[in-house]
Amino acid sequence: MNYEELLVQTATADERFIVMTAENRALVRSAPRLLGNRFIDTGITEQTMIGMAAGLALRGRIPVVHALAPFLTMRAFEFIRTDVGIANLPVKLSGYIPGFLSDGNGPTHQAIEDVALMRGIPGMEVFCPADEDDLVRMLPAIWQSPAPSYVRINHKQGTYQHMDFEPGKAEVISEGTDVTLLTYGFLFGNALEAKALLEKEGLSVGLVNMRSLKPVDEACIRRCAANSKLLVTVEDHFQTGGLYSIVAETLINQPHNTTIFPLALKERWFKPGLLGEVLAFEGFTPTGIATAVSAQLQLIHAKNKQHA
Amino acid sequence: MTKDKLSELTARSLKVREHIIRMTAGGGCFIGASLSCVELMVFLYSELLNVDADNLDNPARDYLFLSKGHDVPAMYGTLAELGFISPDRLTQHLKSTDSIYWHPNRAIPGVEFHSGSLGHLPAVAAGVALDCKLKGEANQVFAITGDGELNEGSVWETLLVANAYQLNNLTIIVDRNQFQANIRTEELIPLEPLADKFTAFGCAVKVVDGHDYTQLEEAFKGVPFSDNKVNVIIANTVRGKGLPSIEARADRWFCAFNDNEIQQLFEELHGHAAAIIESESLTVR
Repeated sequence: MNYEELLVQTATADERFIVMTAENRALVRSAPRLLGNRFIDTGITEQTMIGMAAGLALRGRIPVVHALAPFLTMRAFEFIRTDVGIANLPVKLSGYIPGFLSDGNGPTHQAIEDVALMRGIPGMEVFCPADEDDLVRMLPAIWQSPAPSYVRINHKQGTYQHMDFEPGKAEVISEGTDVTLLTYGFLFGNALEAKALLEKEGLSVGLVNMRSLKPVDEACIRRCAANSKLLVTVEDHFQTGGLYSIVAETLINQPHNTTIFPLALKERWFKPGLLGEVLAFEGFTPTGIATAVSAQLQLIHAKNKQHA
Repeated sequence: MTKDKLSELTARSLKVREHIIRMTAGGGCFIGASLSCVELMVFLYSELLNVDADNLDNPARDYLFLSKGHDVPAMYGTLAELGFISPDRLTQHLKSTDSIYWHPNRAIPGVEFHSGSLGHLPAVAAGVALDCKLKGEANQVFAITGDGELNEGSVWETLLVANAYQLNNLTIIVDRNQFQANIRTEELIPLEPLADKFTAFGCAVKVVDGHDYTQLEEAFKGVPFSDNKVNVIIANTVRGKGLPSIEARADRWFCAFNDNEIQQLFEELHGHAAAIIESESLTVR
């Protein structure tokens, strides 16, 4: 099952669901035909779409709204915060091509502050599936919840068969004493390959698919910090406000001896290009991730030697 | 409208204006924009809306959304006069013991949605109107906007969408009091010819004197104006209406008055000498 099939199936079974889009139909091509007047295309009007979604939710509907992630979370930010957030309405935001997935579009289309913005809204939940399998496992619970939510839509095919989803719970792929990679969204696949590369070097490598960034699995983060010399957050997001910040917020009042290193975008937009080009340029290929992790481990090793 | 009805509504609007004057004490309120929409509020709640203080969640009710949220004293005054809330609650204005503050919120019975950020509730109202249409229900949905609020692009964006979906159960009411916060609309961002603008966006438009109950009744009786267009009623009003010392003055947007001034304003409201206002004339919030 893919995103569209699941959405249409959900909406067909439950009259409360309304599928909306600000004329981004990539994920909902069959919805007009299959859902009739419960498919609403507001045209290129992210603000109006969100305001109308709030109005529909006031009447007991569950709107699932679609737009490109940057325009959804930024153009309509105040409508999301004010109309959906203050009223705490079950409006379900589906952000398309978040992070690196905007590949060649350029900085106008780069949603790399979306996690920071959305998790800053009281009551808003934030989910970032690793691939299509993960996405389809996560969505039923997200759509049935009474909370407003933002999903970084990612329907790339992965190679990993994920575990069932529980909101607020991370998916622990492996535990490791040398390093644990904490990641979310589409970079999960590359982190999985990076883990294999690092293990070939004889390292004990943990990998966690965070999935649910708000609510976040704080116990899991604390456990990883206790068990690993190094935590590396891997994300296609600004370094500010995303997973690196979440981990810092979780551990700041917690005694720990781990080092936390961010692989993220620090104060800049990424170089646009086809996805492969972006990943190579920005250092987020499996080799790029593994190399950065090795370098950090060597730094820690050298420091420990100095102190010994 | 019968003579008795007219005098009943007129008496009620006087009461509502008294509430508004009282709410300028202890921190103040947006008095000018509140006074301009008193007749609108009184007419809608007394004569038009199918809302019942004892059954506020009735899904068959009509909806009124106050998009220009800073005129909420007019709404609260009306709700108090009609038994939705106890008038005592208005003495809690700006106190942490209640939820009566400068913009509307849903903790107050009768308030459908919070507002304060301009240009939002036409879209929220359109969502409600759309749901009523989808369900084939006969509810009427109204949203009151200010005229300054029409600077916001989201209002016009929503009109495009609402007309595309032929929401003739949605009525946008413009409190056309000629002022934005600090200045006349026509001196800052001119809106005229306003009716033509709405018409060009696909709406069916009527223009009325927003202080004349007979004209309000006549205009609202015609809703829906068509079978496929959003209705727009431009209510020409006077900012500060009812208090000559406040009326149509750019510097009487937000006011906080002392007890002596409030007493004088009461007398002015009831046709006596104009109040002498010495408090700072404008506090921008």
